Amino acid sequence: MIPVEPFTEQVVFQRPRAMSATPTTYCPGCMHGVAHRLVAEAIDELGIRERAILVAPVGCSVFAYNYFEIDGVVAAHGRAPAVATGLKRTQPDKIVFTYQGDGDLASIGIAEILHAAGRGENLTVIFVNNAVYGMTGGQMAPTTLPGMKTTSSPLGRDTRTMGHPMKMCELLSQLDGAAFIARRSLHSPAEIRRAKKAIVEAFKTQMEGRGFSMVELLASCPTNWDMKPVDALKWIETHMVPIYPLGDYKTRVES
Amino acid sequence: MAKQLMKGNEAIAEAAIRAGVEAYFGYPITPQTELLEYMSKRMPELGRVFLQAESEVAAINMVYGAACAGRRVMTSSSSPGISLMQEGLSYIAASNVPAVIVDVMRGGPGLGNIAPSQSDYFQMVKMAGHGDYKPIVLAPATVQEAVDLTVLAFDLAEQYRTIVTVLLDGMLGQMMEPVELPAMRALPATPPAWAITGAAGRAKNVVVPFRLQADELEALNFDLQRKIADIARREVRFKEYFIDGANADKVHGDRAELIVVAFGAAGRVALSAVKAARQQGIRVGLHRPITLSPFPDERLSQLADEARGFLVVEMNAGQMLEDVKLSVGGQAPVRFHGRMGGQVPMPDDIAQEIEKLDGMTSRPIDHKIEGPVVLRAAVGPARKPETGRN
Amino acid sequence: MMHYDFVFSGFGGQGVLFGSQLLAYAAMEAGLHVTWIPSYGPEMRGGTANCTVVISDEEIGAPLVRHPSAVVALNYPSVEKYEPQVAPGGLLLYNASLVLRPPTRVGIHCVPIPASDVAAELGNAKLLNMVMLGALLQITGVLPIGTVEQSLEAHLPARRRDMLEANKLALRRGAELAQEPLVAA
Repeated sequence: MIPVEPFTEQVVFQRPRAMSATPTTYCPGCMHGVAHRLVAEAIDELGIRERAILVAPVGCSVFAYNYFEIDGVVAAHGRAPAVATGLKRTQPDKIVFTYQGDGDLASIGIAEILHAAGRGENLTVIFVNNAVYGMTGGQMAPTTLPGMKTTSSPLGRDTRTMGHPMKMCELLSQLDGAAFIARRSLHSPAEIRRAKKAIVEAFKTQMEGRGFSMVELLASCPTNWDMKPVDALKWIETHMVPIYPLGDYKTRVES
Repeated sequence: MAKQLMKGNEAIAEAAIRAGVEAYFGYPITPQTELLEYMSKRMPELGRVFLQAESEVAAINMVYGAACAGRRVMTSSSSPGISLMQEGLSYIAASNVPAVIVDVMRGGPGLGNIAPSQSDYFQMVKMAGHGDYKPIVLAPATVQEAVDLTVLAFDLAEQYRTIVTVLLDGMLGQMMEPVELPAMRALPATPPAWAITGAAGRAKNVVVPFRLQADELEALNFDLQRKIADIARREVRFKEYFIDGANADKVHGDRAELIVVAFGAAGRVALSAVKAARQQGIRVGLHRPITLSPFPDERLSQLADEARGFLVVEMNAGQMLEDVKLSVGGQAPVRFHGRMGGQVPMPDDIAQEIEKLDGMTSRPIDHKIEGPVVLRAAVGPARKPETGRN
Repeated sequence: MMHYDFVFSGFGGQGVLFGSQLLAYAAMEAGLHVTWIPSYGPEMRGGTANCTVVISDEEIGAPLVRHPSAVVALNYPSVEKYEPQVAPGGLLLYNASLVLRPPTRVGIHCVPIPASDVAAELGNAKLLNMVMLGALLQITGVLPIGTVEQSLEAHLPARRRDMLEANKLALRRGAELAQEPLVAA
């Protein structure tokens, strides 16, 4: 018999408890998977998995409830903040968050997001901004950059007739009810680490009852942008960040 | 308990509170605003949730959220606001969560006016949103009935996990009558097992109002249809006056020959007309549906076997009329008297219509149509000469 | 069978709502069926308010009537509006202090009550609704004055409690003024 060397395994990386084992349906190079993981890690670290409730939007992330091991509801297009309000007001001890895209949040759901922030609704919003409608095939969103070609602005967004990008962090941070408003990007590992910290801070804001919190995440959509994933990440940095500057737009400590 | 004199809107609010409503979300609109205002005062007093939403669109989605949480929840609005809620109602229906909606109807279309109307029958009874489903619709005709049906609405909503609408009009919302309120119920101790309350010590719960695959969505639809059929079997309610049985008139014999069909406020106005017509010796009775969905079609079909004719009275252009015609199935003539735009039909006008119906159907009638049964539909009703028509 | 339908009509602020509601409370407390409905919607114009009260000993159908059995008109626009609508043989009780052109319709009882003047004599112009209600009770016999006084005690808003006795007095003064036997015009 050859003696077996004692072997110990050290786990250095694993799926967060708040994340399910279901493979996602997202396109190759899509940033939703990264954003989901950051949210799940934050939930694990804060120990709130058993009281976290997700409100999923209409859009690519309509399936988000599949990818988290937490309770979840799918809302109508744009209405996630209203649905979350109903969930949170009746269960103030739960941690309720919406996960919304830019068409959902900044276009059809503009009234709901503004009033949730205005009321200081004690919710957390994860806002993924990739400058297009993803699920319906890359149409122009309120967040589409000037000149950007989409399937509904084939010659590029002409601001004279199609308007200007809606800057949601800038807008919402003006409201007294908003407690924590930050914009981060997912285009590099360093930015992803910063995004994670902001998400943790947003959940903490809710846990401490300080009011409305939102983290906007600049993300790529290689499929609808018609770019290679790596090029798409570079494009976030070179084209999106100048229009949507990163940073904390509102950090209110008291409730 | 001593009776109280209460406005319909306020009585409904108090009834909901006593039935244990835990959250109310709404938006101001005449003629239901007293309901919202009453809730804004009483709900916080009781430590329950009141929130004035930014729109009816938001209000119904807040209702959806609270319903997903397994909480007893309601909203109220009036016709244009109810139109805005159709999207949320469809999601609630697809998700099989309970919710109570109060619609105090006003004149339409468009901004219409704030006067009483019954023109939401189609939008609430037939569908309430896109897709294939039917909410339960309860139509009170008195303030006391509004109270009783509001309590029932919460029970039915939870029993069947469905939308229940209390459908009334501005007249009933604004008028005062003596009411006996129910005792205050205890709130439910724990939310139901399916509720979205956080996955503590159990597998996660999800509420998903879509099925991407056609076979799965059809299965969801079959479930909804089974629920609707179950409700239709068990929950039909109506009230009859002077038709037969205990309501039979001692003077005029045991069965009405003419049947007036009317719901809600029109139903109570029709009662005055029916009484007046009976004074004239006309053997007429009133059938007042209380559940508009499920509709009392079997009972009306049964009445049609022997009745000489029907008169439908509504505060609209003839919406329930279609259901009455389907139920009567051509066995007897069906006339209609409707007022629109916020006009309330008056008893003497309805009494005149009853006289006309009496005149046009006074010859002995054989309702049986000769010929093969397959031709019945094509032949249509045994029409009488409409001599009484202006 | 007992069945009354009354319309109360006047300017906003003349106490149409409270006067008619008090009658509805009294009917309820006397164990009768009653409905009270305010004008709202298309009728609510020109600053006049009106309410319909139906009192019956059986289930009430229509809460609105085209031809009320009695109308209490607190101002001239109300007389103008309701004079043609009163049921034949019915009652038009009007505030003679403000209605300078008396109604002339034949076949109804038109009864003038100088309600504003009497209210002023009693020290508060707002008592005119009670004067008119007292007269209505006296003429129609729908409910005893004592029943209405009890309801007044129960339902006079807390901020008006100091006016309780004055209200009762106004009711009785109205009843006295209406004691003359009625003759159809």
